[in-house]
Amino acid sequence: MSVLVYIDTLNGSIAKNAMEAVYYGSKIGSTTVVTNGTIDEGALAELGKYGAQKVLIHRGLSSNDSSQLTNLVVAAAEAVSAETIVFSLDLTGRSVASRVSAKLKAGLVVGAIDLPAADGTVKVNVFSGKAYGNVKVNTAKKVIAITPNSIGIEAADGSASVEEFSADCGTAGIRVKEVQKQEGDVLLPEAELVVSAGRGLKGPENWGIVEDLAKVLGAATACSRPVSDIGWRPHHEHVGQTGLAIRPNLYIAAGISGAIQHLAGVNGSKVIVVINTDPEAPFFKAADYGIVGDAFEVLPKLTEEIQKLKAQN
Amino acid sequence: MKLLVCISKSPDTTSKIEFTDNNTKFNEGGVQYIVNPYDEWYALVRALELKETLGGSVTTITVGTAADEPVIRKALAIGADNAVRIDSEAKDAYYTAYQIAEYAKSGDFDMVLCGKETINYNGSQVGGMVAELMGLPFVSLATKLEVDGATATVHKEMSGGVEVVEVNTPFVLSAAKGMAEQRIPNMRGIMAARTKPLEVVAPADCDALVSFESYALPDAKTDCKYVDAGNIAELVDLLHNEAKVI
Ligand SMILES: Cc1cc2nc3c(=O)[nH]c(=O)nc-3n(C[C@H](O)[C@H](O)[C@H](O)COP(=O)(O)OP(=O)(O)OC[C@H]3O[C@@H](n4cnc5c(N)ncnc54)[C@H](O)[C@@H]3O)c2cc1C
Repeated sequence: MSVLVYIDTLNGSIAKNAMEAVYYGSKIGSTTVVTNGTIDEGALAELGKYGAQKVLIHRGLSSNDSSQLTNLVVAAAEAVSAETIVFSLDLTGRSVASRVSAKLKAGLVVGAIDLPAADGTVKVNVFSGKAYGNVKVNTAKKVIAITPNSIGIEAADGSASVEEFSADCGTAGIRVKEVQKQEGDVLLPEAELVVSAGRGLKGPENWGIVEDLAKVLGAATACSRPVSDIGWRPHHEHVGQTGLAIRPNLYIAAGISGAIQHLAGVNGSKVIVVINTDPEAPFFKAADYGIVGDAFEVLPKLTEEIQKLKAQN
Repeated sequence: MKLLVCISKSPDTTSKIEFTDNNTKFNEGGVQYIVNPYDEWYALVRALELKETLGGSVTTITVGTAADEPVIRKALAIGADNAVRIDSEAKDAYYTAYQIAEYAKSGDFDMVLCGKETINYNGSQVGGMVAELMGLPFVSLATKLEVDGATATVHKEMSGGVEVVEVNTPFVLSAAKGMAEQRIPNMRGIMAARTKPLEVVAPADCDALVSFESYALPDAKTDCKYVDAGNIAELVDLLHNEAKVI
């Protein structure tokens, strides 16, 4: 079966969630990757390690306009007679996948967290992580958008052939005026390690201990909804049912009570550590490791101990 | 401005999620429905603000059965002028988007707004599909929206930051947190909503492209392992050697 995987490489590198999408595709069939922009040919050839046979790059298109990218993906899908098109459910993938699905009238599975089962159904998160659903696609052509951090990937030997590809992608309806980069190195949606804090931290001036821990771990920072609502932290850090749903390997929650709406966004995490002064805090029921204690004492100590560990290794 | 806002229902966020019929159906017993928060708090309220400053009208559209009317009346109580209900279950995202696009094509709207995603199926598909079916630009995950004549300036989330973009009407937009502040309907709004027009339209012919075959609940967590607050070195050891996550 021919599989096409779209990845976003506009920032000049290949993110982990893009590798996951390629790897996912290669487990379904013979995989071609399509992308656009100015990324190095060498970096694209490396995708062979994750199972790509071939990479098509449209150098003439430098935008992330969903309408133009839809035309690109549809043209590439035609060129390789793709039966399944795979996206990572990152911010670009979200909007392009739905347009491609509508344009091709190909059923779309959003938020896949596993490879298709033997009966063809694909497992997804529903109810903001409170349950799973198994989705069946009723059309011959399929589009699958996978949740970042859901599948483990392994690199093998291999190199993909890289070919220039061009297609008439139409004009962009959207004109980019300005790009404001977010501070901090690790992006929350794709982060493997996350340090998160809630109202228990008492005020924005106390976030230094959260950031220090995140820094030694190489983690992203997150927060509960009230914390972003009152402006202690930026909105893009808000996790939960009405914020971001994340699936890191490690989620450390300090001073967060663990309300059902908060848990919905984080219970896909592989390991959860909860730090709370209240032994009855509901979050402990969802935790793997718990510390009943004061975040103002525990977080700095944890930072110190992790520094020690890093120094040994 | 003529604005169309897509309104979907979703179960109250405290609902217990359970399934029946051999795990093939969501158990609606005892479930309270609310207006999907992203549709209500951000898309609808920003549309109302634009109408208040620029003039025009706000119409809501819902693909749903008569059982969804309380949710539609809530949107009217918050301030929408009139509502349209496409009389059918929302079979899947494509079916829903197709119905909305068919209606919107005939309406000469300057903007179609929807929420970033619903909190039940979390698909975030409808906006992009409506845009494609109507051949319009799609501005996704908008956190700020200003309109000047036929041009809108939008802040939208992008991987690792925010993009400020310009787009001409008509277009489709999905609204994320930051766009507006939640409004609580007042008594006058609630009374007025009872008599505002709610047009029921027959669905257009369209097949669903996907179906949910079955559901499952996550495995219950095994018991939490407690570590003494005075012994953080032990926690680090467990995370390193047992859980192997650091
Ligand atoms: C429709 C709807 C949607 C929602 N969506 C979301 C969502 O997406 N995400 C979300 O997070 N919430 C959401 N909420 C809000 C949610 O219900 C909770 O109110 C919120 O998560 C609580 O935030 P918190 O845990 O930071 O604060 P609190 O509930 O106030 O908890 C603070 C915790 O800190 C502990 N604490 C205090 N001092 C210390 C200390 N020194 N050290 C350690 N611990 C300490 C306390 O014991 C307490 O457990 C939603 C609510 C509704 C109604």
